[in-house]
Amino acid sequence: MNLISRFILELQGIGMLLGRMLRGLRKQPRYFGEIVMQLDRIGVGSLGIVILTGFFTGGVLILQAYPTLRYYGAQSSAGQGVATTLIRELGPVLTALMVAGRVGSSISAELGSMVVSQQIDAMRALGTSPVRKLVSPRVIALILALPLLTVASDIFGLLGGGIIANQIYGLDASVYTSSVRAGVDIDDLIGGIIKPLIFGLIIGIISCYKGLSTTGGTVGVGRSTTNAVVLASISVIIADFFLSKMLQGLFNSTLF
Amino acid sequence: MPFDENISFDNGIGGGQEVPSNGTSSVARVVPAIEFRDVKLAFDEQVVLDGISFTVRRGETKIVLGGSGSGKSTIINLILGLIKPDAGNILVDGEDITGFDDQELMRVRRKIGMVFQEGALFDSLSVYENVAYRLAEEGVDEDEIEHEVRRMLQFVGLEDAIEKMPVELSGGMRRRVGIARALVGNPSIVLFDEPTAGLDPPTARTICELAIKLRDLEDVSSIFVTHEMNNLDYLSSEYAIVDEKGYVHFESEGDRLCLVNTGVIMLRDGCIIFSGKDEQLRAANDPYIHRFIRGK
Repeated sequence: MNLISRFILELQGIGMLLGRMLRGLRKQPRYFGEIVMQLDRIGVGSLGIVILTGFFTGGVLILQAYPTLRYYGAQSSAGQGVATTLIRELGPVLTALMVAGRVGSSISAELGSMVVSQQIDAMRALGTSPVRKLVSPRVIALILALPLLTVASDIFGLLGGGIIANQIYGLDASVYTSSVRAGVDIDDLIGGIIKPLIFGLIIGIISCYKGLSTTGGTVGVGRSTTNAVVLASISVIIADFFLSKMLQGLFNSTLF
Repeated sequence: MPFDENISFDNGIGGGQEVPSNGTSSVARVVPAIEFRDVKLAFDEQVVLDGISFTVRRGETKIVLGGSGSGKSTIINLILGLIKPDAGNILVDGEDITGFDDQELMRVRRKIGMVFQEGALFDSLSVYENVAYRLAEEGVDEDEIEHEVRRMLQFVGLEDAIEKMPVELSGGMRRRVGIARALVGNPSIVLFDEPTAGLDPPTARTICELAIKLRDLEDVSSIFVTHEMNNLDYLSSEYAIVDEKGYVHFESEGDRLCLVNTGVIMLRDGCIIFSGKDEQLRAANDPYIHRFIRGK
C-alpha cells in the first residue's frame, strides 16, 4: 500500500473513531468518574513538566531577545515580546507537544497493551463499548486539561522571563510587568485558549486511534506508541498554522 | 467443596433436575442456543471459514477441535459479533445477529460469557473489580455485586484471591478468575477460547471440571475451543453430580449413564471435517483426524 493510500486510510480511521465517540456521547452510560480520573492523570500529572517548559522558555526568550532590544534601546518592550510570543504561539504549541509526548504515548501504550492482551475484546464481550469507556473520557479530559495547562505554562513563562530580565539584565520588575500588560489583549487570550482546545482533541483522538489499531503483539505496542507521538506532534504543528490563519481572519488582525 | 445451593441447576443427565437456571420454557429449549448457517469469512485472499454450519443445543457443550489457524477462535469472535461474516447467518437464542449493529450486539453479548485464552483480565482492576465488572457497568447495587462476586469466586475456588491484582495471580488462577467473570449475571451461553493452553495438567483438569460443572449443573450451553486431546477426554467422558450433602462429584460415563450433551466438531482450513460424538471421532478413518488424535 502506498503512502497516500495509507494516509487516507488513517484519516478515515481517525474520522470514524471521532464520529463514534461523538455519537456515543449522546448515549448512556456516561463515565464522569473516568473523566475525572483522566483529568487527574493528564492534567495534574502533566503540570510539572508544563510549568518547567514554560518557565525556561520564557527565560530563554528574554535571554535571546534582550541584547538585541537593548541595542535598539527598546529593552522596556521585552515583556511585550515574551507575552505575545508565549500566549499566541509557544505556550499552546509547546504545551501540546509536551502533552503529546507524555500523555499521547501513555494513552497509546495503554490501549495498545489492552488490545494485544485481549482486554478490549473482553470489554466488548462484557457488553461495554471501549469507545465510550476508554476513548471519550481520555479525549474529553485532554480537551479540558490542555487549555488549563497552557495557562499555567504561559504564567510561568512570563514569570521566568521576568526573573531572567530582572536578575541577569537588571530590568525593573514594574517595567517588565507593564510591558507584558501592553503586549497582551483579549484576542490573544481567547486565541491562546481556542488553540489548546483543538490540540487536545487532536492528541486524544490520534493517540486513542493508534492504541486501538495496534497489531503485532508487544512490538506493535511500541510501534503504535511511537507513531502516536509523531503523528500527534506533527498534526499539532500543522493545525497551529491553520488555526493561526483562521484566528487572524476571525479577529481581523494581522498580529495572529 | 459443597455445591452452593443458591446456584440453581438442571443437569439434563438424569437425576436432580430442577427449574433451569436461566428460566427457559420447554418451547424455548427447542430453539438452539447457537446456530451457524453456511457461514463464510475471508480476510483479503485468505479464506478463514468456508461454509460452516453447526448447532449448539441448550445445555450442550460443543468441543471445537482443530490445529492452529483452522478458524476455531474466529467462530467465537463471530458469535460475539466482534467480526462480521461475509456470508451466511449466525443465530443466538434463535435471533439472527448477523446484521445487528453495535447497540443490538451489546444486548446479545450480555447473555454470553466469554473465557479468553490468557484470561484477558483488566490489569488495572483487582480480582473483585474484574469479576464485578459486568454488574458494576449495569449499575447493580453494591451489596448484590459483592454477594454475586463471592458466589462466583467460590464456584471457581478462588474466594481467597478476591483482593489480589491480576499480576499477583498464576496462569491457572487468571483463567479461573476469567471464568468467574464470564459467569457473573448467569449467562446462558459460555464460550471458552483455548482456556487450558499453556497450563500444567492438574490446572487444565480444574478448568475442564469447571466447564463440566457449568454444563451439568448450570444448564449452560457452551463452545469449548481447544486443540488438546486431554480436554476432549475429560469433557466427553465425565459428568458432574451433586450428592446428598451438596458435594460435587465427577463420574465417568459407562453402563449407568451415557453423555448426550457433548458434541465434537473438527475444523481444518476453515471447513468442518468432522461433526459427531467423541467415539465417532476416535473411530474416524480420516488420516488428518488420526494424526490429530494420536499426534503422529
